[in-house]
Amino acid sequence: MPKRFVSIWFRHLLTDWKKIRQPSLKGKAIVFAEPNHGRLVITATSAEAEKYGVIAGMVVADAKVIAPGLEVLDGKPGHNLKLLKGLAEWSLRYTPLVAVDLPDGLLLEVTGCTHLRGGERDFLKDLTGRLKEFGYDVRPGMADTIGCAWGVARCAPYDLIVPEGGHRMAMMPLPPSALRLPTDLLIKLQNLGLYQVSSFIHIPHAVLRRRFGKEMILRMLQALGQEEEFLVPLKEPVPYSERLNCLEPVSTRPAIEIALKTLLDNLCKRLYGEGRGLRTAIMTYYRIDGQSGKVAIGTNSASHRSEHLFKLFALQLDTVAPGLGIELFVLDAFQVEPVNEKQNDLWAAKPGADSEVVTEMLDRIAGKIGTEGIRRYLPDEHYWPERTALPTHEIRKKPDSEWRRDKPRPMQLLDNPEPIEATALTPDYPPILFIYKGKRHEIKKADGPERIEREWWLEEGEHRDYYIAEDQDGRRYWIFRSGHYNGEQSGHWFLHGFFA
Amino acid sequence: MTGAKEEIISKLRQDILQWEGFRPPLPGMAGSFELGPLEQAFPNDVFPTGTVHEFISLCPEDTAACGGFIAGLVKTLLQHGGACLWISATRRIYPPALKLFGVDPDLVVFVDVPLIRDVLWVTEEALKCEGVAAVICETGGMNFMESRRLQLAVEKSHVTGFILQKDAKRVGTTASVARWRVRQVPSEPRPGMPGVGFPRWQVDLLKVRNGNPGSWTVEWSKRKFRTIIPIEPAEQLRYYA
Repeated sequence: MPKRFVSIWFRHLLTDWKKIRQPSLKGKAIVFAEPNHGRLVITATSAEAEKYGVIAGMVVADAKVIAPGLEVLDGKPGHNLKLLKGLAEWSLRYTPLVAVDLPDGLLLEVTGCTHLRGGERDFLKDLTGRLKEFGYDVRPGMADTIGCAWGVARCAPYDLIVPEGGHRMAMMPLPPSALRLPTDLLIKLQNLGLYQVSSFIHIPHAVLRRRFGKEMILRMLQALGQEEEFLVPLKEPVPYSERLNCLEPVSTRPAIEIALKTLLDNLCKRLYGEGRGLRTAIMTYYRIDGQSGKVAIGTNSASHRSEHLFKLFALQLDTVAPGLGIELFVLDAFQVEPVNEKQNDLWAAKPGADSEVVTEMLDRIAGKIGTEGIRRYLPDEHYWPERTALPTHEIRKKPDSEWRRDKPRPMQLLDNPEPIEATALTPDYPPILFIYKGKRHEIKKADGPERIEREWWLEEGEHRDYYIAEDQDGRRYWIFRSGHYNGEQSGHWFLHGFFA
Repeated sequence: MTGAKEEIISKLRQDILQWEGFRPPLPGMAGSFELGPLEQAFPNDVFPTGTVHEFISLCPEDTAACGGFIAGLVKTLLQHGGACLWISATRRIYPPALKLFGVDPDLVVFVDVPLIRDVLWVTEEALKCEGVAAVICETGGMNFMESRRLQLAVEKSHVTGFILQKDAKRVGTTASVARWRVRQVPSEPRPGMPGVGFPRWQVDLLKVRNGNPGSWTVEWSKRKFRTIIPIEPAEQLRYYA
């Protein structure tokens, strides 16, 4: 099946936009101008200004002479790209593959999309009709190749829909400018009397290349479909994506829920068939007023159970603002992983429960507090206390090594060791007392020192000599001296944890 | 005749216990907590699982002691699989230490809740989940209604919950089955040895439904609890003689 492309040409993109923003300008000749080498040069014109013969590239002073009452507005470089991006995003409701075609067009790949709107003619009618309703003066073109659609949109007087396989015939009567060629080449062709594509398309390529360069051949071949050309889509299409067009715009919560359920059921059916489950998904909704919004979820393990995923979305459905109504829902699964059918390796053998229950519960919690807050710890082969436990967000990752249990470790560890005042009489002996937060602790029993060297390949600093100290009330602390004993009574002593 | 009456009464007593949230352990599930004399404080002489236990902590040292005691209990709960969640807004627990109390730290899922008011919501959600064996929750305090919600959740799911209350001023009446206080007491090194001995706690059972509150000294040694029975002074002398 051949591909089908639509090219949309916005004839007066910037001025149309301005007129939509300021309806008082309707019917007036307006131009946008930017300073260029000390002169104001026109960059965009309206249809009314063109009637006077004002064209882009003209100096404003000249244009004002031939067009009295011309309104000149300040143009911004890159403004058209911004507008086109907005329009491209709007047209995502027609096809997932939309590209911006600078300076004044859009390119849509509509292969397999047109039947959704009742055929190619109705599809194009709907698309251009709505753009015209907004106030844009557009001309579409539809063909099997990007080049042909582009040429037809801009140069063909009629027959804007080129039938399948008809692109070669359609190109023949068009002027050379339909081939997306640079201006100097077009002037050259004009001077040589080559007014139509048909007048030079039969000339051998080697001859053309010698006279007009490689680009012309490439453009010709692209228009004829002999050279592959690719769209650079505005958004990467998501391989696991579902769309739902509403016959009527919906705005009530039950309707949104039904739409979401339908999308999830379809997606989950497909995921189930492929033995996969989704980890992250985003539901995007498009409103009739051109606005859109998003709801995102994530799961702790790949899931294709639509009831569960629906519950995760339901937690956030309150944030959906339907406005006047939503006409399109798109569900994209950005991260898809194979589902582990027997998910019982971690939560083995608890009677009456399987792991799915737990991961689904964790998903619900993650929906409320975010996934960052849920973590497990795996042993990491470090002696430095802050690094012995490696946090992970994976729920099913197995430890690579064993947890150490040969040394006592405190139940509570302070994130940052807190300085204490300690009195140690003998070097390398535990202190006899220390003061922490104004309270005096006399050390009755102590173990240590356990020297832990800093990992010099990771960071620089002093080593630590740890002591387990038990005070007069039987409370047990983990304290350390940073660096060597230097004769001072206090200083360099820290409290790092509390033992059980 | 009298025998039949007694039988009926004892049967009714058992029923009442069940209605109050105590369930006899499932056959084959009666993992012993090896709490020794402590277990006699509970109805049926069995540590009640599938209920909510409250722990009161006044200072970080208490929190550490409670953590150790709870970890010792969780070790038994995890013997038959299931997940364990540690929910907190201000967590300082050092995972490798759990290994010393027989719990594999990688089996515990730590949930750090950014807002303290969400802690109980997350805890309730976790307690409702039947695939979970134990839930530990560190919170400031909770009121009667919140505790009743948690208790109702576990009665359905048979999950054991441990609520660590750090704000002693806010501790009021609650629907929990037991209220504990665990404090550190001086350890006893082996005779003739220097240094610090095994972790030893003063365990006070302040409140227990249908049981007898009491106070014990418990030590964690050789991977299990050991209740220390104070030695009579005369005996002590003989011991050291």
